[in-house]
Order: sequence, then C-alpha cells, then structure tokens
Amino acid sequence: AMQISRGLWKKYGDKRVIDTPISEMGFTGIAVGAAMAGLRPVCEFMTFNFSMQAIDQVINSAAKTCYMSAGSIAVPIVFRGPNGASAGVAAQHSQCFAAWYGHCPGLKVVSPWSSEDAKGLLKASIRDDNPVVMLENELLYGVPFEMSEQAQSKDFVIPIGKAKVERPGTHITLVSHSRPVGHCLEAAAVLAKEGVECEVINLRTIRPMDIETVEASVVKTNHLVTVEGGWPQFGVGAEICARIMEGPAFNYLDAPAVRVTGADVPMPYAKILEDNCLPQVKDIIFAVKKTLNV
Amino acid sequence: ASRVVVASRNYADFANEATFEIKKCDLHRLEEGPSTTAVMTREEGLHYYKTMQIIRRMELKSDQLYKQKIIRGFCHLYDGQEACCVGIEAAIKPTDHVITAYRAHGFTYARGVPVREILAELTGRKGGCVKGKGGSMHMYTKNFYGGNGIVGAQVPLGAGIALACKYFGKNEVCLTLYGDGAANQGQIFETYNMAALWKLPCIFICENNRYGMGTSVERAAASTDYYKRGDFIPGLRVDGMDVLCVREAVKFAAEHCRAGKGPIVMELQTYRYHGHSMSDPGISYRTREEIQEVRSKSDPITLLKDRMVNNNLASIEELKDIDVAVRKEIEEAAQFATTDPEPPLEELGNHIYFNEPPFEVRGPNQWIRYKSVS
Repeated sequence: AMQISRGLWKKYGDKRVIDTPISEMGFTGIAVGAAMAGLRPVCEFMTFNFSMQAIDQVINSAAKTCYMSAGSIAVPIVFRGPNGASAGVAAQHSQCFAAWYGHCPGLKVVSPWSSEDAKGLLKASIRDDNPVVMLENELLYGVPFEMSEQAQSKDFVIPIGKAKVERPGTHITLVSHSRPVGHCLEAAAVLAKEGVECEVINLRTIRPMDIETVEASVVKTNHLVTVEGGWPQFGVGAEICARIMEGPAFNYLDAPAVRVTGADVPMPYAKILEDNCLPQVKDIIFAVKKTLNV
Repeated sequence: ASRVVVASRNYADFANEATFEIKKCDLHRLEEGPSTTAVMTREEGLHYYKTMQIIRRMELKSDQLYKQKIIRGFCHLYDGQEACCVGIEAAIKPTDHVITAYRAHGFTYARGVPVREILAELTGRKGGCVKGKGGSMHMYTKNFYGGNGIVGAQVPLGAGIALACKYFGKNEVCLTLYGDGAANQGQIFETYNMAALWKLPCIFICENNRYGMGTSVERAAASTDYYKRGDFIPGLRVDGMDVLCVREAVKFAAEHCRAGKGPIVMELQTYRYHGHSMSDPGISYRTREEIQEVRSKSDPITLLKDRMVNNNLASIEELKDIDVAVRKEIEEAAQFATTDPEPPLEELGNHIYFNEPPFEVRGPNQWIRYKSVS
C-alpha cells in the first residue's frame, strides 16, 4: 500500500517478491523460519501497529534464537514498515514501537530520517546476519532529501549503531530519531536567530544505541533535550536520560535533561487534537528555552 | 592348542527381513493412502528398537534427575511417544528438516545429538548441546530447529523452512510438528492457508496424545479429527504407537511433498505416560487404569519387540543385551551430565548476535559488564 516495493515484483518475480494474505502472525513466522533455513527475507508490515499480532514471532522466534541456540542458528531477517503517527489515522494506527522493540536484547532497531538514512540503513540491515527492525515513517515517504554522490553509490551502507550529528552546535544538545529530527532542525534554525546554537543529533539506531555520541555532545554543550514521537513513559528519551545519569556526561549537565515526546494519550482523530499530541517545533523551542533558562 | 569355536547363538539363524500388516490410515481428500504392509529388515528392527529404548530410558533418567532437583524449570517427557520420532526419522533423510514444540528430547536424539549432550543441557552444564543456554525446550542441531516454547509458534516457522526448501530447489521437505493442544491455534490455520496457496513442501504433523496439558481433546476441540483440520489440505490419520505405521505414512507424505503437490497434514495417534510436564502428576485428568491399559496393550517398544521375536528377526536374549547396553549408555551420560561443570559466567553475554564484533553487555547494574562474543 505504501509502494515501497514498487517495481520489485516486475524485476524479480514471484519467487522473490511475495504478496501475502492478511495473516501477520502466520507470515511473520514463515519469514523467520525461512531466515533460519538460510534465506535473507525482508518482512514488511503495512504499519508496525499490525506487528503486534506477530510480536511473538519477532521476539521469541527471531530475537532470542541465536542466544538460546548458543549461536548455532542465525536469523538474518529484516522487519520493516511505517511506524508511529501518520495523519488522521487515529489511535489504533498511530503507535510508535521504538521503545517496545528497543527493549529487547537480540534485536537491532533502526530508525531512518533522511533518504540517505533509509538507503544506508536498509542495506546495512539486510546485510546484517541478525534480526533488524526498521522503523520507517509514512509521512517521510513523500519528503525529498538531497543525496550525496557517495550516498547514491551502489554499496552505500550506514553502520548500525552509529548516530549522526546533523547540525553542530554549542549551547544545547537535541537528540532525536525519525521525523522529529526534521522538527529539531527547524527549531534550531529559529533559535539560531536568537543566538542559541543547537547541536542536533540524529540517533539513526535505537538499539544498540550510540550513547557515546550523545555523551560527547553533552560534555560540550552541558544541556540535553530528547525529542521523540512516542509516548513518554519508558520511552527512548527516558532511556537516554537514564544512561546520561549513569555516565561521565552527568557531571557536565548544567540543568536536568528534559524530554519532548508524544502526549500521553491514545491518538485522537480531529486535526487540532492530533497536532497537539505530537512534538511540534514550538514545543521543542519551549523546552530548549526552559532548559537554558532564557 | 586347538581353536574351539563356541557359538552360543548363530545370527545366521535369523530371518533377514519380514513383512508386516499395518493399520490402514484414515484418509482426507486422498484417493490412496500409504501401503498397508511394511517390510522391515533385521537391521532396521534392531536400530528402531535400540533408538526407542534409548529415548525411553533417557526420559526416565530425566524424570529421576528432575526429582533430585538436578534438572530445573520445564521438563516435558516423551516416553510413550517414541514410535513417532523414530518412525519419522526412519522415513526421511538427514537433509530434510524437522521442527517441533517443547516435548523435544526424542527428536533431538533422533536428529543426531548424543544422549550425554541432551542430559547435560537439561542439567545446565557447559557440555550441553547448546552450552547450557537453552535447556529442555531449546535444543538444536543441523536441520533440527528445536525445541520451541511458545505453543503453535513453531508451525509458521516450519512452513518458512519449507519455503526455503522450495526456494533452494534441493528436493528437501520440512516436517512441522505440533500437539493436539496447539492444533487449535489461529496461526496454524494462517499457515495452512499460505502453505497450500504457495504449495510449500511442508508435512504438518499433529502428535495427538489425547491431552493438551490437562484438557482432554473432547473438551478443547469442536472437531477432534485433527487430520481433517487442514480442510483443503489432504490428511492422514496414523497409528502413532506403531513405528512401521508412522514410517510408511511419513514416506507417503514426503513423496507427496517432493512431487510438488503441496503440503499434507498427518495426525499421529499416540500417548504420553508422564503428565504434561514434571509438575503434572498426570492422573488428575485421566485414570491410572487408562495409562496402564495403553502400557500393556499399545506400548511401542513392546509392539516392536513382539513383532521381531515372533517373526524370527531377533531373540529375546539379544534384545535384552541391547537393553543392558542402553542402560549403560544412559548411566554414563547421566554421570557426565551431573559432573560436567556449569558454563563459565563469561558465557552469559555471548551469542546475543551472530557474526558480530565483540561488544559489552550490561549486567544487573551499570558497573557489571559482560563481554559478548558471537
């Protein structure tokens, strides 16, 4: 439905591009079994909300098998699809699963923002011999990004587990993943006019998380705001804050680390309500100013 | 000195093989079924006998070790069902694939893991077949994908393995086993649909031992004809206490799949002597009389023994000798399993990922870190 695989069936045929019935638990298990037996499947969920029906196969069959078998069975599979809020699709179709999948050892979880992220991370995920959950974003599918020469080359991969500093800054660190990275950059542009230089970090990978890049940034800027689309409790931002407290960067904080997240409610439908359930640029700017006491 | 040849028994006196009448299978959407006669050679008979006896004694030894608290957690024993895994293995090739649920010790042995490695895995030692990382429900070897703890989850996995078999085109099949309890899982019906749609070389095998934990089949299933539950998929109902019946039926099913006709469903009617697991005495939902009746009338090992002796394929003494050798093998394996050391603490972090450079894993607090190598 999202047309991400458009053209692939024509190029590779029935053997390699399989349309499935709407049986998530069944087809996810089939994909995982195929991976155990030597294939390298890419299993698409129309949205990650439907992955909940198959979550046992993702966690118990895919994520844990390498460990339980002491490394004798590998599961080189990619689970991909749009994650998080879209536009007006309401509560059952808008959940962000970064925290749920990021919680589980044995999985890798990536979250691309730009086109270069999407390409590099997908290639890296497919080449990885482990189960990778790739959390895309439906609203980003239609957004064009510049792509460097290097990014357009055939073997361009982005290492899983490495964050990227999208915009260097000196006064405060903004850490985000997926669509909110764009909002952070917008906020940074507005704040720059007022003399506040934000360093914007694009996590790119949720698990294993590159906390070292965040720590190095906090040591430099002394202030931290995390930004995500998911719910606040037990979320990506909560994990970042906990790790910052446990590490060397804590001593460099001049103010408590702060989280900007989705509102702690199921997603409503009406536009005004939905808009206010997700982090907007103004919310990020407000959090930055509060943290910096300006 | 003279050389005296003392022959206490002459193996040339035995028949080379014998033909047996076996029970006809109930058929669903099939014009013909497996053969109603089976030829068994002396060599085959001795092999089936020894294998079933090893599994029987291995399971009884596990019962003992569990009661001594040397085995912990879950332990689901297979005694009574030996004819299923032995008959299956006899009908397929080592290059075929098998996946089952948690009552897996018999299959683990049949697929090639030595008894000592199975018992050491149960006792959680480093010499266990998966280094103590898996335990009873998570044992693996080449072309054997466990050992799966979540009821029914192994069925879509098995169809996926069959999909890979079809993709690679090496004429291999996947045998996907589940119990009468799991047979009511929705994901199995999703799998039937896709396996039939895509003609996957998947043999679905329901080991119907009449009880899903403590619930009898009559109380769990609106239809207890498990071989028909695949609806549009052809099915066979087989006497799972007769190793030859199982063998012939699986041969038939494997031919069906290898011919590209798509999946097939088999129901093996079998019985477990133990309760569901070691925490279930197994007599609150069934009578001791019922268990005794199966033991005396349908025990798979006794059935085979009687057949072999009555058809001059072996003598009682010879089979007794095998019993003695089996006991010895199990004792030695148990010795190993109780004396081998536990895995080193360093093993805790390993094998989270496959083919990954070493990294650090967090322990119970931020200062405790383990190295993870794959």
